[in-house]
Amino acid sequence: MKKKGSIMRSIAAAPHIFWAILFIVLPLIIVVYYAFTDGDGNFSFENITSLADYAPIFTLSVELAVIATFVCLIVGYPLAYIIAKARPERQRFYIMLLMLPMWTNLLIRTYSIMAILDDGGFLNTILGTTMHIVGTKGAVIFGMVYDFLPYMVLPIYTCISKIDKNMWEAASDLGCKPVQVMTRVIFPLSMSGIISGVTMVLVPSISTFYISQKLGGGTFELIGDTIERQFVTGALNTGAAISLVMMVLIIISLTVMNRFSDSDEGGIIV
Amino acid sequence: MTKKSFLAIIFAAVLLFSLFSCGQDNGDDEGDTPPVFSGETVVLNVYNWGEYISDGFEGALDSNKAFEEYFNEYLAPIYGFNVEVNYTTYANNEDMYSKLKSGAGNYDVVIPSDYMIEKMIGEGMLHEFTDEQRAKLSNLVYIGEDFLGENAVYDPGNRYSVPYTYGMLGVIYNTALIDEDDYLSESWELLWNPKYRGKLLQFNNQRDAFASAMYFHNIDVNTTDEAKWREALGYLLAQKELVQGYVNDEIFNKMTTASAAAAPYYAGDFLTMASENEDLSFYYPTEGTNYFVDAMCIPKNARNKDLAIEYINFMLSEEPAVANALYIGYASPNSLVLESEEYQEGMDELHEDWYEILYGKTPAEANANYDYDPAYRSFSPETQELVNALWESLKTENATELWVHVSSITITASVIALAVYTTYIRKKRSRHYRMRDREIAKARRA
Repeated sequence: MKKKGSIMRSIAAAPHIFWAILFIVLPLIIVVYYAFTDGDGNFSFENITSLADYAPIFTLSVELAVIATFVCLIVGYPLAYIIAKARPERQRFYIMLLMLPMWTNLLIRTYSIMAILDDGGFLNTILGTTMHIVGTKGAVIFGMVYDFLPYMVLPIYTCISKIDKNMWEAASDLGCKPVQVMTRVIFPLSMSGIISGVTMVLVPSISTFYISQKLGGGTFELIGDTIERQFVTGALNTGAAISLVMMVLIIISLTVMNRFSDSDEGGIIV
Repeated sequence: MTKKSFLAIIFAAVLLFSLFSCGQDNGDDEGDTPPVFSGETVVLNVYNWGEYISDGFEGALDSNKAFEEYFNEYLAPIYGFNVEVNYTTYANNEDMYSKLKSGAGNYDVVIPSDYMIEKMIGEGMLHEFTDEQRAKLSNLVYIGEDFLGENAVYDPGNRYSVPYTYGMLGVIYNTALIDEDDYLSESWELLWNPKYRGKLLQFNNQRDAFASAMYFHNIDVNTTDEAKWREALGYLLAQKELVQGYVNDEIFNKMTTASAAAAPYYAGDFLTMASENEDLSFYYPTEGTNYFVDAMCIPKNARNKDLAIEYINFMLSEEPAVANALYIGYASPNSLVLESEEYQEGMDELHEDWYEILYGKTPAEANANYDYDPAYRSFSPETQELVNALWESLKTENATELWVHVSSITITASVIALAVYTTYIRKKRSRHYRMRDREIAKARRA
C-alpha cells in the first residue's frame, strides 16, 4: 500500500521535476558555462574579474530598487491594512481593483506611463505645464512602484487578515493605546508578510530593464539593460557573468532576510 | 540520489533526447521535392523587421497571402505541394542575428541590413544562390543598377542577397519649436545646439548614435582606430548634457506629440510621422549621412531554399512591391515601383515632398562632403568590444545623483538599525523573563 502511494507520487511529481530540469536547472547550467568560458569555449575567469567595470551600474540599480521598495512599503502597508479591515465583500472588490492593472501587460503599462508623463504628454497638456518627468530617476522609481505595488500589498494583506481579532482586544485590554496596538502587536505580527512583500518588490526592481529604458529616457542604464545589451550585441559571456553575479547577490540577500524573518516572528518592535 | 528523482531524471532525459532527434529528422529532408502533387502543405518561415511588409491593412494587398495564392495556383503542380507562409518579426538586426546564431529558429527568408548581411556572409550563415536559383530570380532585372554588382558593397555581385528597401538617415525637426536659422543650415549641429537643451533626442543604439557624431565631424564610421572612437565618444558626452533621452521607436510618439523638437531618424519613418504632425520637417545633413540597404537573404540552414527563391522573386513583382513600398514608406530599389501610378498617388497622399525626400538625393550626392564610405560595415570583434565599452561609459557618465545615494543609504541604514535594535530588545526581554522565572522557581522551592 505504501509502495503504491510512492509510485503514484513520483508519477505526479514527474512533470514538475521534468519542467524544473528543462527550464530551471538546464538554463542555469548554461549560464554558468558561459560565465566561465571565453568566446572560444576555453575556461576563463576574465568575465567575472571584468565585472568591476559594471560596479556603478550595479550600485545604481540596487539603490533605485531600495528606494522603490521603501516607497512601496510606505504606500502599500496602510493600503493592505485598510483592505484587511474592510468588510469581507468589500475586501474582494478592493483586491480586484488592485489586481486590475496587472491584467494589462507590463510593457504596455510602462509605455502608457511614458505617454502620460512625457514633456508633451497627456499630463502636461491637461495642466498646461512643461514638467520634465520622463528621463529622471524619479520617473523610473515611479514606474517601479506603479508596476510592483500589488506584489507588496498582497502578502501584507494576507498576513494582516490572518491575525486573530482577539489580538486587538487583548492588546487594548492590557492597556495599549491604538498606536501601541499597531506598533507593538499588529506590525510585528505582519512582519512575515512585509518580508515577502519586500522580497517580491526588491528582486524584480533590481533586475528590471524595460522601465528604465522607457521612463529613464535611456540616459542611464540599470543592470537589466546592461545584461540585455550584452546578449543582443553577442557578448554572451559577459552577459552570463553579470547574470550569475546578480543571482548570487540576490540569493545572499534573500538568505539574510529570511534569517531576520525567522527570528522576528512573534517578536516585538520598540 | 533517491529512486524517485532518478526516475524523473531518466524520464526527462528521454523526452529531451526525443525532442532533439526529431529536430534533426526534419532538417534532413531539405531539397528532395516530390515530383507529383502530394497535396501536403509546406511551411515557409519568413523572418522580417516589424511593420516591414504590406499586411492587408485598409484594403491594401496582403503580400504574404498573395504569395500563397499565387504559388498554390500556378506553382503547386510543379513543386508538388502547397505553401503556407509563417511570418514572424524582429525589432533589430542584432535580435535577428542572435536568434539565428543560437539556432533557436529555423527560417527560410530573412531581411537584414547591409552590414549585418556582410557579417553573416563572413560567418557562413547565408546561402549562396546556385546558378539554377539565380535563373529563377527573373524579376531581379527590375532592381536598379545602383543596387547591383559592385554597388552592393556588402555583398558584391548579389550572390547572397536581393535588395528590398533602402534609405538614408536624416534629421527630423519641429518647425514650431526650432528657429529658422538653426535648421536652414541643414547640419548635424542642430542636435548639439544648447538652445534646445532637453528637447533633443538621440538613438538608443550604439551604431547610429556614434555614427551621427562621426558624420558630423567627418570621422570614418567604420574606423578601427580607437582614438577616433574616443573622439566620437567625446562629442556624445557633450551632447548628453543636452539630450532629453536616448530612444528608438519612442521617437514616433515623442516627435508627433512635440515632446521633443529634433531627432535623427530614417527618411521613410519621417513620412509616417509627418502625416500625424504637420509641423515636422526633415533634411539630410550636409556633412554626410548613413545610407543603408535591407535585402532578402536565405539562411544556410533554411529547409526550403527553392521555395524561398520563389518568395523573393514574387516580392520583386509589381503588385507586392508597390504594396510593400506604400506600406513601409521607405525608398524602393525596384523600378516597377517608381513607375507605378498607384504608388505615386499613394505617396502624394502621405506627404507632398515624398519624392524629394526619398529619391531626391542619391547617397553619393548626400555624402559629397563626407570623405569615407557612408554605409555601415560589419565590425571586427575587437571594434565591437571597444564600441560596447565606450557606449557603457556614455551611459554611466553622470548617471547617479546625490539624492539617490543619500536616500537609499538612509533607508538601508535605518532598516539595519531597526533590526539590530529589535534583536537587542528581544534578547534583553527574554533574559529578564528567564531571570524572573528562575527567581519564582527559587522562591517556590524556599
